[in-house]
Amino acid sequence: MEFADWIADARNIVFLVIGLAIVGSAVRVVTSPNLVHAALMLVVTLGGSAALFLMLGAEFVAWTVVLVYIGAVIVLFLFGIMITRAPTGRDSVQLDHQRRWPAALVALATFVTIAWATTVSFEDALISEGVVRAEDLGSVLFTRYVIPFEAVSFVLLAALIGGIVLARKDPEQ
Amino acid sequence: MIVNQFLVLAALLFSIGIYGVLVRRNAVLVLLSVELMLTAVNINLVAFWAFLQDELLAGQVFALFVIAVAAAEVGIGLAIVVLIFRNRSSANIDELDLLKW
Repeated sequence: MEFADWIADARNIVFLVIGLAIVGSAVRVVTSPNLVHAALMLVVTLGGSAALFLMLGAEFVAWTVVLVYIGAVIVLFLFGIMITRAPTGRDSVQLDHQRRWPAALVALATFVTIAWATTVSFEDALISEGVVRAEDLGSVLFTRYVIPFEAVSFVLLAALIGGIVLARKDPEQ
Repeated sequence: MIVNQFLVLAALLFSIGIYGVLVRRNAVLVLLSVELMLTAVNINLVAFWAFLQDELLAGQVFALFVIAVAAAEVGIGLAIVVLIFRNRSSANIDELDLLKW
């Protein structure tokens, strides 16, 4: 498909804007010298991914990302940054390794491999339209996927109990 | 909208996450980069669901599972980082060389 044909669709312009915001903020997450800025840039990335989910018609997943990721996980990260008294820009502590190019090379090789594979496989395959409401997702989640759902709930419970046990101070000390 | 535009964007996000995991020295920043990679996986899952229009909504359901597991991972990961910081007064993963021969 030619780029002129692709960009003629208004939705693809929206996609381009959201995609640029996602990639730009993701680059800031991995390059920012300030940890708090890195965590807040992740909010922009996740918000952009929620917008993409809305474009694809996955409403419930989009709002779950907003609630769980932006609402809870980022707050957890900010607490982690504060508790570990990580350098927040003013100190001159080195946050990155000195040699960046091997990492950049690995990342570039990964991107080229995946992008080449998907481009060869899917070429110009179009996405079919369709919006799923939370009602449909909920009914399938509690019928067909009820056992995996319970397993994930158990994993989450075990992880949270484990987190509390690990992070609390030992009363005997 | 073609499906490949979402897949290439997810691949780009995943590679940025890999770069962050490899280049960052602070444990909290490594966890942030892992979140980037999980987001890329979620975009892939939902894009493939939209492509296939699966009746069982497998892509969306698994995206929800990935979100739940990511929340568990952050909880445990940050607890471990806090514990390491309490014992060694540093969250720098280069200094954790106790198991290194």
